[in-house]
Amino acid sequence: MTAELVRGQNHPLPDTRLEIRVSAGHPVVAGATLCDEQGRMGGAEWIAHPGSPSLPGVEVSQQAAADHRLAVDLGALPPAVHRVSVLLALPAGVGGPARFGAVAAPFVAVTGLDGTEIASYTITGLDRESAVVALELYRRQGAWKVRAMGQGYEGGLAAMLGDQGVERPAELAASILDAVARGLARSVSAPPPRVPDAERVRHTAPVAADHQDAPAVPAADGPIDYAHPRRQPPPEPGPALPPTGYPTPVAGDAGGWSMDERLYNQVWGMFEDLARTTAAYRSACDFAESRLDQELDRALSDPRSRIGGAGDAAREAARAKHDELVARAQEALDRDLAQLAAESEVVEPALPAAFARWDNPVWQAYRVPMEVPMAVRLGDLHLPERTDLRIPMLVRLPLERGLWVDSGRGRSEAAGLLDQAELRRLAMDTAVAHAARLLAVHPPGEFAVHVVDPAGSGAGSLAPLVEAGGLAGPPAAGAAGVSAVLAQLTERVDLIQMAMRAGAPDALPPGMDTAEQLLIVHDFPHGFDDRAVTQLRYLADEGPAVGVHLLMVADREDASAYGPVLDPLWRSLLRLTPVADDHLADPWVGHAWTYEPPMFPPGSGVLRQVLSQVAEARRQWDR
Amino acid sequence: MTVNMTKGQAISLEKQGGGTLTSVRMGLGWQAAPRRGLFGSRTREVDLDASAVLFADKQPVDVVFFRHLVSDDGSVRHTGDNLVGGAGQGGDDESILVDLQRVPVHIDQIVFTVNSFTGQTFQEVQNAFCRIVDETNGQELARYTLDGGGQYTAQIMAKVHRAGTGWQMTALGNPANGRTFQDLMPSILPHL
Repeated sequence: MTAELVRGQNHPLPDTRLEIRVSAGHPVVAGATLCDEQGRMGGAEWIAHPGSPSLPGVEVSQQAAADHRLAVDLGALPPAVHRVSVLLALPAGVGGPARFGAVAAPFVAVTGLDGTEIASYTITGLDRESAVVALELYRRQGAWKVRAMGQGYEGGLAAMLGDQGVERPAELAASILDAVARGLARSVSAPPPRVPDAERVRHTAPVAADHQDAPAVPAADGPIDYAHPRRQPPPEPGPALPPTGYPTPVAGDAGGWSMDERLYNQVWGMFEDLARTTAAYRSACDFAESRLDQELDRALSDPRSRIGGAGDAAREAARAKHDELVARAQEALDRDLAQLAAESEVVEPALPAAFARWDNPVWQAYRVPMEVPMAVRLGDLHLPERTDLRIPMLVRLPLERGLWVDSGRGRSEAAGLLDQAELRRLAMDTAVAHAARLLAVHPPGEFAVHVVDPAGSGAGSLAPLVEAGGLAGPPAAGAAGVSAVLAQLTERVDLIQMAMRAGAPDALPPGMDTAEQLLIVHDFPHGFDDRAVTQLRYLADEGPAVGVHLLMVADREDASAYGPVLDPLWRSLLRLTPVADDHLADPWVGHAWTYEPPMFPPGSGVLRQVLSQVAEARRQWDR
Repeated sequence: MTVNMTKGQAISLEKQGGGTLTSVRMGLGWQAAPRRGLFGSRTREVDLDASAVLFADKQPVDVVFFRHLVSDDGSVRHTGDNLVGGAGQGGDDESILVDLQRVPVHIDQIVFTVNSFTGQTFQEVQNAFCRIVDETNGQELARYTLDGGGQYTAQIMAKVHRAGTGWQMTALGNPANGRTFQDLMPSILPHL
């Protein structure tokens, strides 16, 4: 492996017989000087130059050339020699460039006899220098090493030789240049421009490929590239990104093992970001408001402001400060909301059926899944700052708590506009939509839906489920039906709990199905006696752990006769509404989020289509 | 290049080369000092806590500490409480990440403090330091060594405040006493 040296760096030499290759892209004179341990030169016979190219152990070229090969046999050097310096100089007086700054950076490599590079060095940073000490081979504790020097001399060859300890350097320099000039005169023509050969780029990083296209030898009067020839120049600091230049959002841009998990995490990330960004905006606005109040108070209470226009000016200034802060907060909010909206636009179409809205085309291509998804969408959430930016409300499966679709008026405006019967019907429709979705995202036979509808008033809404055969049994009617269903489910919870606690799940009765159970309770508490209410509370508390879930469709007012006894039941359920209502809080900041129930596109047959597929899959699975 | 800061020294968090800092981290690291005397190799566990108080016009608006790990706006995040300090050298035991671009517009100062929750004074901790790191490239911008030896249980480390369009950091290094940041409020206010 080649060591690419930088100035001052050294590298051990494995062998004493070496070749030093120089490529300068322009004719240069190469020479070598020998020094002893104290750095003294033994005399003129310790200099190899075109006028006297051979010394014991060192041989240089007789001519100026763009490429040199200097043969070095360190073992053949006189024993007193401890240092060999490799010198390069531009030939003076032959019309070539007079400084290294005008030519490509010279490249020197130390190679073994077989041509493998041991170390290489590109002499950069030269400008007005016309001579340079390129490398130094030196003996250190009996071993030879190479050091990258790159020491340039503006005074040319003479100055360099003088620095090396040559007596009468000017004369020697003149004789060398004379010899070179004669050599150049003999030569047919100047060497052709150096072509970067495969050898040069063999070990380099891929960026070298870019440099191959560039002319290797810049014109002498052309612009000079001071950049390291083999290193990519640092990227231009591009113009500052415009405010809209944030990275384009991509669906699934979050952690997770599967695409569904990544999308789930991304949705939660968007939820959190929207909550926090809105919190920043609101707190800035609140602060601006409170500061305005304080400053107005101060202006009013200052007796000096009662005379003249000072008070008005102070009030004006306070208002201007307030407006400026609010404007900046708005700007930051708009920036973040635009980014989140763009993200929502790419994420929403990419969602799988369990996470998607009913109007998503993915539902048209619905197939009964083979495994339970990690979460399911119960509706949309948004904040008043931007009502069209909807965050999917995803809850993990299996459900950890029951659901409650509130058919009461509550405090929401939208519910107040509807009459009681209409609201109850909507609530039941919503519950059926939730149940249908839960049914559809579970593999066949892993989710069963029971219905308790004592008065039969929910039959209209339940029709799609009943007709498609999505229910485990017909809706239970009357007090007898209610107690039968509740008794069955209570017994089931009891049995499974016992089996789990005993650590013997295989001791369950052989006919028992393993599906999760969902019980839709309509018209609570009509048709419920005290025993049924107690059973219902038992199911709400103990059911979720063993896969029995509640979906209550009820108005809390109807059950007010029970007093506070039922409060724990309501609190244990996740309250959803059949119309938009801002009753849900996020876990980070506690904003009031407006919940919107899932809506079917008007006139869409997606529900029936999906349920028929579910029923078909169930029939095949039963067989 | 790291700047070793001294008390009251201000450094700008503008990057060399024009770009502005987008994300910085305050790191706090410490080790319990070995107790001298018999059984001198025993160490008592020291729990230092890093907190950041967000001020708008000299009014505290939000605080990030071990019981409120993320500011409501999400721009300042505490990576979690460390109760015992570091076993090794040099690492951060508690970190507070500040996303300067997302700090709400009205927040103009963020003060970082360190408290000894277990009540030991800084005499009993070793190798305690606070540093500010450019989170985008991991480069350390400033480091403040909590010189041990003081009979103090808290220190107001530094504040990051808006200056022009960017942010500036001022090392405060002011000793104080208190168990959590609430006890420090009177000592913080003069530095705003």
